[in-house]
Amino acid sequence: METHLDPVSLINLIFLFVIAIFLGVELISKVPSMLHTPLMSGSNAISGITIVGALLAIGLTPGSTLCTVLGTLAVIFATVNVVGGYLVTDRMLRMFKSKPTENKK
Amino acid sequence: MSLAIFITICYIISSTLFIVGLKRLSSPVSARKANQLSAVGMLIAIVATLLTSGMMEWQWIALGLAVGTGIGILAATRVAMTSMPQMVGLLNGSGGLASFIVGWSAYHYRPGASLLTTISTYLAILIGGVTLTGSFIAWAKLEEKFVTGKPILFAGQKIVNSLLLGALVVGGIIFCADPANNYPLFITIMVLSLVLGVMVVIPIGGADMPVVISLLNSYSGMAGAATGFVIINSMLIVAGSLVGASGIILTRIMCKAMNRSLANVLFSGFGSAAQKQTSEVKGEAKPISVKDAYYVLEAARSVVFVPGYGMAVAQAQHAVRELGKILENNGAEVRYAIHPVAGRMPGHMNVLLAEADVPYDQLCEMDAINPIIDTIDVAVVIGANDVVNPAARHDKSSPIYGMPIINVDKAKTVFVLKRSMRSGFAGIENELFYYDNTRMLFGDAKESIQALVAEFKSV
Repeated sequence: METHLDPVSLINLIFLFVIAIFLGVELISKVPSMLHTPLMSGSNAISGITIVGALLAIGLTPGSTLCTVLGTLAVIFATVNVVGGYLVTDRMLRMFKSKPTENKK
Repeated sequence: MSLAIFITICYIISSTLFIVGLKRLSSPVSARKANQLSAVGMLIAIVATLLTSGMMEWQWIALGLAVGTGIGILAATRVAMTSMPQMVGLLNGSGGLASFIVGWSAYHYRPGASLLTTISTYLAILIGGVTLTGSFIAWAKLEEKFVTGKPILFAGQKIVNSLLLGALVVGGIIFCADPANNYPLFITIMVLSLVLGVMVVIPIGGADMPVVISLLNSYSGMAGAATGFVIINSMLIVAGSLVGASGIILTRIMCKAMNRSLANVLFSGFGSAAQKQTSEVKGEAKPISVKDAYYVLEAARSVVFVPGYGMAVAQAQHAVRELGKILENNGAEVRYAIHPVAGRMPGHMNVLLAEADVPYDQLCEMDAINPIIDTIDVAVVIGANDVVNPAARHDKSSPIYGMPIINVDKAKTVFVLKRSMRSGFAGIENELFYYDNTRMLFGDAKESIQALVAEFKSV
């Protein structure tokens, strides 16, 4: 795994981090409170992006059994986070309807 | 074009899809598409990562993905809408755990990495660990399994927590100074992070879980961002910070809706028996029979339902919707007023009512209903208590003084559906029950509503 963080790339990453936080605040402020539960489960699924790290932790750590085991566990939990998060969000959002059909007269 | 550049371009596309996905969540019309866009972004990120040159041990990757997908599908399709706070809690936890393990694995594979990488690894472990056990305790409190939903307080709690935090900071500094020779210390840090997660959530009561879940949601994003610093990946940082920001905002909204600071929620043990309000509530609560309640509702031109956690517990949302529909057909204007902290997580009540087929245009926020509440004929309070307690407006000795509430007491008539006169989570007497325009409809919320529906149907 590529894990040599030098000061220059650190500064670039922090730059990105700060910008992304502000972007996130702007975006989320516009979400109506009605959708806050799906917002949480959906953003939760996004935090499953750790799966990228988990995949690399299996694939790029040759020769270490513990790393393979840990990586596999990490992939399992991150995948649960991603798949479970997106599916349950979809299940909720499917329920939000403006006017029920049976009320149209 | 080299493979590495191609992968990076894929990551840029993924990040863009996450951002657009969150942006389109601003309306219930586009929200479902938005979530799907975000999921496509995730798929692109995963496939691109698998293309990384030098990837090995495919059988383990396949196994991990398959098992995780299976559990994810099962969990997402089986969970009841009333249990959504627990589900989100567990998802937070699994995200935290993944970051925790990736940090461990990165350290184990190369203990002597650069100082900056070591610090990032330490943060991924710390935040990931706290998110993991904190979420587990939050889940247990919501389920009332293993631990009580009430705050757990003990003498010297603050000292213990300070020592724990101090140990983590000092241990972190020593560890980062010489990571290669400090594996035992690293293990200690991992364990202490897990303990810290337990310690920070146990003093918080069940009804404050909306704040805790929001905060842990933020942490799970931050843990992802920290992992991004460990493996030097911009996309992880972007995605992680978006989630982190989202959690922070929700936390702020929840705290504001309770008129309490985050520190007060986290450390005060609110709702434990220690707090007592000084002023006594006087008067007599007036019960009402189903029959009489029916006559009042039958004549009402406008009705507002105010649901709370009790509606979720009684699984009464479908019955409420049925009654709502009957009232509409009877010519009344029906709305559902939802307090920001009603239920056990942000937006909990909206999801339950949406499940029961309530169109979202009938869901009103607190600020939308309060200005017109005095024109409402009947306000029906179902399993809500503290969020409709008028003491929050005028009783300075009340622990909830200053909290914005739904002013149901200003409606012409208020029905309160309740099992008994027991006080709510915060242990506060609710003077609303003794008001002249309040009638108590005792019994299980779902059965009471169904009895009302039966009255309407029998005519």
